[in-house]
Amino acid sequence: MSQGGSAPPGLAASAAREVSMTIPVAPEMEIVATTQAAALGEYIGMARDKIDEVKLALVEACINAFEHAHCRDEQLHLKFRLGREPKGAEWLEVEVLDNGKGFDSAQVEEPTIEKSFHSHRKRGWGLQIIKSLMDEVAITSDSGGTRILMRKYK
Amino acid sequence: MSESCKVSSERRGDVAILWTDGYINNQGGEEIAREAYTQLDGGARALVLNLEKTRIVNSIGISILIEVLEKVMDKKGALAFCGLTPTIDKTFRIMGLAQYAEIYPTQEEALRGVNAPTA
Repeated sequence: MSQGGSAPPGLAASAAREVSMTIPVAPEMEIVATTQAAALGEYIGMARDKIDEVKLALVEACINAFEHAHCRDEQLHLKFRLGREPKGAEWLEVEVLDNGKGFDSAQVEEPTIEKSFHSHRKRGWGLQIIKSLMDEVAITSDSGGTRILMRKYK
Repeated sequence: MSESCKVSSERRGDVAILWTDGYINNQGGEEIAREAYTQLDGGARALVLNLEKTRIVNSIGISILIEVLEKVMDKKGALAFCGLTPTIDKTFRIMGLAQYAEIYPTQEEALRGVNAPTA
């Protein structure tokens, strides 16, 4: 799965098991979403540390949308999928979809802690954290909204 | 459902130990900052943040921890973390916090690292 591209090959072809969830744009709703990710990770026997990485990536995707997307319906639409590669590797995939104003991920400046020091802007780490913690990430965004698709292998 | 972070602290000489319990988001980060600034203004030279009861720190919480780190550095003090989950440890390293604050597995090692007096 490549950054900024469309859904990866194999995703549609795999027999994914899917759970859908909608959460309101409201404080700590991202934690509600993480309980679903944790339950599915445990279901496939994913290690706790890997589940924690999925949970934090999901938290970051949710709070990014809460803060920046200006969702027209004040909701985030989440899909959790379990699947298996042809060679047998199991994965947990999380899709976070908002119908906000969208953004150009190429224009997002990469943060560093040095830039943060003595600057009012200490934020902007969400995408970097997501990309670092998940095995595959795809982001598509336009004026109709943003979709973050992220996958973690067991 | 609230996952609000609780923060407690204790002074050992010029070192303050802060314990967190729960999700560190903006509110949790602000709780930590409030306690940390109270300790620093009260003469603490070094802070040890024990996060063993925290499993998620989001990027807003970490940005507030960076503010705390800045204040510690301005005072030529030291900040150390301990009790981090592997995910929090990894995230702190991704963000570069580990370049400016030491990370120790245990509180005892953190206290030794900042030269705290023995209890």
